[in-house]
Amino acid sequence: MAEALLSVDGLCKAYGALTVSDNVSFEVAPGELHALIGPNGAGKTTLIHQLSGLLRSDSGHVRLGGEDITRLPMAERVHRGLARSFQITSILPGFSALENVALAAQARSGSSFRFFANAAREDDLNAQAMESLRTVGLQGRASTPAGVLSHGEKRLLELAIALATAPKALLLDEPLAGTGKEESQSVTATLRQLKGRFAIVLIEHDMEAVFALADRVSVLVYGKIIATGTPEQIRNDPAVREAYLGEEGEAAHA
Amino acid sequence: MSAAGTDIAVTAKARQAVGGRERAIIATFVLLALAPIAAQAGPQGYIIDLITRMMIFAIAALSLDLILGYGAMVSFGHAAFIGLGAYAVGILASHGVTDFVVQLAAALAAAAVFAFVTGALSLRTKGVYFIMITLAFSQMLFFFGVSLSAYGGDDGLSLPERSRLFGLPLFSSDKGLFYATLACLIGCYLLCRAIVASRFGRVLRGARENPVRMTAIGFSPYRFQLVAYVISGMMAALAGALLANQTGFVSPAYMSWQRSGELLAMTIFGGVGTLVGPIIGAMAFLALEEWLAGLTEHWKMIFGPLLVCVVLFARGGIMGLAARIGGKRDG
Ligand SMILES: Nc1ncnc2c1ncn2[C@@H]1O[C@H](COP(=O)(O)OP(=O)(O)OP(=O)(O)O)[C@@H](O)[C@H]1O
Ligand SMILES: [Mg+2]
Repeated sequence: MAEALLSVDGLCKAYGALTVSDNVSFEVAPGELHALIGPNGAGKTTLIHQLSGLLRSDSGHVRLGGEDITRLPMAERVHRGLARSFQITSILPGFSALENVALAAQARSGSSFRFFANAAREDDLNAQAMESLRTVGLQGRASTPAGVLSHGEKRLLELAIALATAPKALLLDEPLAGTGKEESQSVTATLRQLKGRFAIVLIEHDMEAVFALADRVSVLVYGKIIATGTPEQIRNDPAVREAYLGEEGEAAHA
Repeated sequence: MSAAGTDIAVTAKARQAVGGRERAIIATFVLLALAPIAAQAGPQGYIIDLITRMMIFAIAALSLDLILGYGAMVSFGHAAFIGLGAYAVGILASHGVTDFVVQLAAALAAAAVFAFVTGALSLRTKGVYFIMITLAFSQMLFFFGVSLSAYGGDDGLSLPERSRLFGLPLFSSDKGLFYATLACLIGCYLLCRAIVASRFGRVLRGARENPVRMTAIGFSPYRFQLVAYVISGMMAALAGALLANQTGFVSPAYMSWQRSGELLAMTIFGGVGTLVGPIIGAMAFLALEEWLAGLTEHWKMIFGPLLVCVVLFARGGIMGLAARIGGKRDG
């Protein structure tokens, strides 16, 4: 394996007596798609919050390209190339789809303490934004207010926004959450297209998508990683089958 | 596709609202510019004085809208900045410094420092706490004003003379002050409009809608909100400097919490987050106050409930109401 781009070492987080991340360690190589699976409440989202800097970790380290970013605030991590999406769609509903993405481009293109020129007319930012929208197939919806996009389109917009930050690594928290069949296909197609271009941590409940896309899979249960391996290894791991995959049949009904 | 239909409707509606606002503000400025001429038919001095006052508060409400409407910062202490501007003029004038450029520079500097320090602390809090802490800071300044016995303390102080511009007594005539105020109002409006659409304004607006999203693309909303707070405070100080000239008098009452409340009411009354709304709101507010006060001495009994009704039933204030009426008429 190549030198890790993202490396997580002994990360812990507790809410009072409840330990949500319990000594989590794993590595993601450049271009690797690393899936993180686990039952509801396993602590997957919490872990993404810790990696992205939205939540402070109690202990442990996060490194990006060798640099320790554990103490950096979220915005600084983004500038260093760590972008994320949210499980619960987080966009600017009153802005057009294009402006949602253009803002991400603006964040890394010169100072934003400019007070006079109209930002919406900056061709360079708009062109970069359009490029990201095209990658996810939303170019036709550029001028639509983000708030009135369909749910599936909003999920794609989340991806386009993350892409426009020019990331090295992407943390994707259930990009398929709440999507219908057709929508989930277009999101999966987009993920396939992103695979290999970035180091990706993908949280997903949709096992079909996970096993189709992932290079490696880590299984998180009660905040602990109980196994890491290729999709094949994980499918056949007895501990995983017992702790997680065995429940899939029931979980699917929930 | 029905979704595409809704977008077009949404975009068209938004564009229509902006177009309507544009027409409203141009009409307002033209009417204001002509007002002194029309006033010749009536009690000219009284009318010019009243409209000057209305425009001064329009500047203050506009400055509040910049942070309230575009930054979701509910400041309950905005009158403090009016007070700072007014006292800068009053104190300097009492020492014989009557040049408006110097007075204004002092007013803006004082407001910038006060906004920076109090904003840096206040913006660490959110929601109700932000409201309370801005109120607390303005009350501190109010009581500081009361304790300034050298400058009249509780009673305030009278201006020995109105400000001069480059030695010229431009403000000494009511008409001179009127047009200077109008020029300031138009300038502040154009400035706010540019800011709101700029890179800076876009970050501010984004942080109003979803601060976590803005952080997740690499912005620190705090810095942008703080700068907006400083700009807004300085603009309100300009209103204060003009107010001191208009009334010829400065007192701690300018900084009272009631004044801050009135500024909020004017802004909400006109329509938050529209820039045009608060300008019209402030002027309508003062006109209504003046008219009701002429009708009965118990005018506050009518005025209070009326404001409550507008806020409750006409969401989006005057601008919201106008947009709905316009929308209905155009089908
Ligand atoms: N702010 C909080 N305070 C206390 N407990 C919390 C908080 N946030 C999350 N938790 C708890 O931490 C645990 C992990 O939550 P988390 O959202 O990380 O799980 P998840 O693996 O993402 O679940 P899902 O698959 O449902 O998205 C849950 O038991 C949750 O109730
Ligand atoms: Mg989750």
